[in-house]
Amino acid sequence: MKTDIVLAGVGGQGILSIAATIGMAALHSNLQLKQSEVHGMSQRGGDVQSHMRVSEKEIASDLIPMGSADIILSVEPMESLRYLPFLSKDGWLVTNSTPFINITNYPNIEDVLTEIKKIKNHIIIDADKIAEEFGSKRSSNIVMLGAASPFFNIPFESFEEGIRKIFARKGDDVIETNLKALRAGRDYTEKNR
Amino acid sequence: MQKLLLLGDEAIAQGALDAGMSGIYAYPGTPSTEITEYVQASKFAKENSIHSMWSVNEKTAMESALGMSYAGKRAMVCMKHVGLNVAADAFMNSSITGVNGGLIVVVADDPSMHSSQNEQDSRFYAKFAMIPILEPANQQEAYEMAYYGFELSEKFKLPVMLRITTRLAHSRAGVQPFSLKKQNENSLPTDLRQFVLLPAIARRNYKGLLNSQSGQVAESENSKFNSYIDGSDKSIGIITTGIAYNYLMENFQDKKLNFPVLKICQYPIPRKDVMKMVGECKKIMIFEEGYPIVEEMIKGYQESGTPVSGRLDGTLPRDGELNPNIVAKALGFETKTDTKIPEIVKNRPPSMCTGCGHIDAYSALAQALSEYSEGRVFSDIGCYTLGALPPYNAVNSCVDMGASITMAKGAADAGLIPAVAVIGDSTFTHSGITGLIDCVSENSPVTIIISDNFTTGMTGGQDSKALGRIEDICIGVGVHPDHIKVFKPTKKNMDEMVQVLKEELAYKGVSVIIPRRQCIQTMKNKTLGDKIKELGL
Repeated sequence: MKTDIVLAGVGGQGILSIAATIGMAALHSNLQLKQSEVHGMSQRGGDVQSHMRVSEKEIASDLIPMGSADIILSVEPMESLRYLPFLSKDGWLVTNSTPFINITNYPNIEDVLTEIKKIKNHIIIDADKIAEEFGSKRSSNIVMLGAASPFFNIPFESFEEGIRKIFARKGDDVIETNLKALRAGRDYTEKNR
Repeated sequence: MQKLLLLGDEAIAQGALDAGMSGIYAYPGTPSTEITEYVQASKFAKENSIHSMWSVNEKTAMESALGMSYAGKRAMVCMKHVGLNVAADAFMNSSITGVNGGLIVVVADDPSMHSSQNEQDSRFYAKFAMIPILEPANQQEAYEMAYYGFELSEKFKLPVMLRITTRLAHSRAGVQPFSLKKQNENSLPTDLRQFVLLPAIARRNYKGLLNSQSGQVAESENSKFNSYIDGSDKSIGIITTGIAYNYLMENFQDKKLNFPVLKICQYPIPRKDVMKMVGECKKIMIFEEGYPIVEEMIKGYQESGTPVSGRLDGTLPRDGELNPNIVAKALGFETKTDTKIPEIVKNRPPSMCTGCGHIDAYSALAQALSEYSEGRVFSDIGCYTLGALPPYNAVNSCVDMGASITMAKGAADAGLIPAVAVIGDSTFTHSGITGLIDCVSENSPVTIIISDNFTTGMTGGQDSKALGRIEDICIGVGVHPDHIKVFKPTKKNMDEMVQVLKEELAYKGVSVIIPRRQCIQTMKNKTLGDKIKELGL
């Protein structure tokens, strides 16, 4: 089975840390992986995206064809909409609800959310708030990953293992916090899908 | 050996390390930066004294690598495509000197200009220099080509170009490494005049280069990186170069591919395979990432043979990066979606970070320039180029590394006085100093702002060769010390900054103004912090 994911956000929001965790999870499940990143100029506050593909079979293209992403995982609501042409008919759009406003013409957030709700399969989650509830705002990206995790063809245990590996150097407390964040995100989706 | 999860850039670095490379030389440039950074971070490289310090620019990097090759060791030099313009003199002549130890020139092109001023295709340079090119389709090949490239270079006694594009440079996949080779021992060239390009020797060497061409073609024809996959449907023969092969195969994940396919990843192009395809197929379709260089070669000037389609006849867009959908369209396949980006989505261009010192320098400059007419600020390549965008609208040019100072001089020569240059510290040492000497020698009425943030910022905070040296350099090349002014660009210092700028703008000679404050992205870099303290900056 194959999962194609478009990760979206703004330069500096740390989408590559989500990508790294998915990468570890894919390795743990013995899956093939291709992950295309954006480095350079756009990282300075511009829109950034990462195409991530995991599969049992060999993967040809580093880029996901339009209309075939299984998941758009966005840490910023307006950015989730920028990649809609990539989403497959039955794909899921999972986005954080907190806007990142660094442009003067950022649209009304209610209008953005209304647009997102037009998508058949969507999850809107206040990941910052959930992360803050157990005292670690920095784990909001992992909450997001947890919220998208039910839509991957990767077992949940592999994500947990990925987190243990990624945060291994930072000690047990950090690992535990991020595992909590992952589960909290997943619980939210299970209740709201 | 265990598989490694590597960016294309990192795969090249690992391949070079495993092949016994003794040194890597580079100036940071997206999308090539991570190759050198990988070697800098490698414990193995440190333990084995493999050179990996940044060079001041691509030309010095190219020349140092050539020097290492002269001394018998395997060397790699890395740059982005426009960096090869800077290194071009050394690069072109390196194909005439030839090499001793293996020499790989890695050039990362940026089609679609994700982070560049143009999308020039470096394969033209390699063709110009008449040397082999390796162009990987995936991360594994990137590794293997770095590994094999040194042998190829030593076999032909020529530098070899390894050409990648942004997509492969910055995409990660599993890579299976090979066994480790030892570094070469020091050894001088058998002929101690091989590298002396006096006309008589250069003519002899050039004949050698010309004579090697047929051998290079034969090497390509037998290369494991080139393959001819035959097919029963000869209505179209498909040629792919480099990463374009993946986009073709992506379109045949759920259908059978019956067309013959020639996958080219090593150049000169494998002549026999091309002739076979042209002879057997009714039509040729070419997918290549970059300029239509193979397409032009096969099409020929008269276009009288087998029809060739690609970027030149509109089958593919003439510019920009390829992707699976562009290839699908060329093949006549339907796209799975007609969804558009909703109108509510606004552009989000890159911008200078909140709290960046460049912003305060630009604010002061805008105030100081308010009494002059607009359109007199020449900028350069770096984060401060983003001052061209709203709300700043602060600069009027961005051309190439160092061009701010020399363009300001030329404009001043034409009577646009005062003319202002804005350049970063790292760009100043890369290519600004020579232009400054031009200004000093004529005492041109230019105000040069060297916005010093102690780093090469745009590419991610690499070392700046200018650290702690800017004033000494300026005085050394003849700028009068009274017209070198330093201040800390902050909101609090705004009045002082504006005053200094006004005075120097009024001065009819060369002024250098140095707004100096650490890049906020590097605040966590302890080594840099200690160095700044030690230098008292």
